Amino acid sequence: MSEKTIERPTTDEAAIAKEIEAEEKAAARQASLLKDGWTDLRKRPMFLVTAFIIVCLLALAIAPSLFTARSPYSDGFCQLQNSMNPPTSGHLFGFDVQGCDIYTRTVYGTRNSIVVGVVTTVVTTLIGGLLGMLAGLVGGWIDAVLSRITEVFSALPLIVGGLLIMSIWGGGDVWSVSFIMAILGWPQVYRIMRGEVISNKYNDYVTAARALGADSWRIAFRHILPNTLAPVIVITTMNLGVYISAEAALSYLGIGIQSPNISWGLMISDAQDRFLTSPHALLFPAGALSLTVLAFIVLGDVVRDAFDPKMR
Amino acid sequence: MGRYVVRRLLQVIPVVIGVTFIIFCLVFALPGDPIQALAGDKRADPNVAAILRAHYHLNEPLYQQYWHYISGVFTGDLGETYNGRAISDIVSERFPVTLKLGLTAFAIEAVIGIVAGVFSALKKGKFLDNVVLISTLVLISIPVFVLGSVLQLEAGVNLKITPVAGIEKGWPQSYILPAIVLASTSMAYISRLTRASMSESIRADYVRTAIAKGLPMRRVIGLHALRNSLIPVVTFLGFDLGALMGGAIITERVFNMPGIGGQLAQSVYLRERPVVVGLVTLLVLIYLVANLLVDLMYAVLDPRIRYE
Repeated sequence: MSEKTIERPTTDEAAIAKEIEAEEKAAARQASLLKDGWTDLRKRPMFLVTAFIIVCLLALAIAPSLFTARSPYSDGFCQLQNSMNPPTSGHLFGFDVQGCDIYTRTVYGTRNSIVVGVVTTVVTTLIGGLLGMLAGLVGGWIDAVLSRITEVFSALPLIVGGLLIMSIWGGGDVWSVSFIMAILGWPQVYRIMRGEVISNKYNDYVTAARALGADSWRIAFRHILPNTLAPVIVITTMNLGVYISAEAALSYLGIGIQSPNISWGLMISDAQDRFLTSPHALLFPAGALSLTVLAFIVLGDVVRDAFDPKMR
Repeated sequence: MGRYVVRRLLQVIPVVIGVTFIIFCLVFALPGDPIQALAGDKRADPNVAAILRAHYHLNEPLYQQYWHYISGVFTGDLGETYNGRAISDIVSERFPVTLKLGLTAFAIEAVIGIVAGVFSALKKGKFLDNVVLISTLVLISIPVFVLGSVLQLEAGVNLKITPVAGIEKGWPQSYILPAIVLASTSMAYISRLTRASMSESIRADYVRTAIAKGLPMRRVIGLHALRNSLIPVVTFLGFDLGALMGGAIITERVFNMPGIGGQLAQSVYLRERPVVVGLVTLLVLIYLVANLLVDLMYAVLDPRIRYE
């Protein structure tokens, strides 16, 4: 009797070890699509270029003080007598209407733009992805209700919705802007995710997994999810750029990030009125913005070429 | 087909109700008292204010106000402003500007986008293809209002080929530059979409068959390959038609055009609640109708698609 009780755990342990091994093997197989893509990606020169630009931007966002000796928050940073002065050797980008150094403000504005892009993209991907998976997997009335709700949100133009929500709750910081863009932006990810899940749901490998006794959770997260990830990753990288650009548009309408926060969109919109006489105040922040958006969109492109099975 | 259209039209109803309800709640939550705003800095006459409040149902709870509104919408009445002006009046004054701008932009983006996409798919990897790819990337990454200002300066002020702003010159002179700006981002997306799906379909068997049969290249590309590549493009165009109307706010502002977008932004700032709700309802209806048209276009492009 006592022997048996000792023996039992050991067999269990062996079984568990076997199971873990099998799981790991399965995980390796499932990751192969992503791994293939990654191997492919590292060989592309465009990927290295955009990755380098994005790493630089991240460095600017994390530690702006490393890149400029001045601080936009210090006393005497803005001197009105310098208002709209063109670029000089000490001030490469010139001055804005308040006489602030545009280079320093551009460097410090990086963080807000990047944070808005990243936060909005993460939230839309999570909400849209999870709801899209739910609708695609369960189907029936849940799908019908969720899809109608999605239509409601996508029928509401981003700028109009943003205009209304900002007028009610004020805000003007990074978080409120990201929040609004996330509320109005998730239907796009939802639609892609739902479509992908539905087109994968009836594949043979799902039937095989079910026949082997996998439960719904396992099928959803271990089998279907990895196969739907490629298009979602692509749209996510592209959206980073799109949302950074959208923040600038909201700031231009006076409903995005507000002073004293620094943002490229805000700088561009401040410079707009005097563009005819001193274009430098608009062109430098606009250049920074375009470069960032460009980097993320090209990255999205390269990622799609590497990950999309249809492109191979 | 007929049954499909009816079913789709019926599905539009809950979406219209949902969107207008959300807008109504948002507009209801806008701070400020609209009746007091009519009186400016003076205190509003309590009797007049009471009559006005009763007239605009402002004393009633949200759901009753919404009921008054939505039953009006379904009978074709968009309501009136607090000044007593009919919303439909504002729409008929402002909407033609937005419509002309939107449709001009739509035509520009569809024609240039598709043509550029087809040529770059046919010359894949060549010089022309790279030119198209790079210029689409640049167009996507420049914010609309920056592009608008730069073109305004170059074409309007320096070269004097188009009016700088406003609509005095009428269509097409006053509309051409704003329409190009409004179309730019979507044009880039369309040419990339066309290129992607075109380069898939020119490798398809039926294209090889068509070439083997000895059909002229023009016909193979235009009829066989292009028609089959247009479905994703048409989907995008449908979504975009609604977005062009609503998203013209920025372009209308840069070029100082008196359209729906400018009116909408102004009404939000001025707390003209009925105008906001009315205009957004209109935009949503346009968006939904455009999507329905897209779904019907599928069968024209691909006869295999049937509606049940």
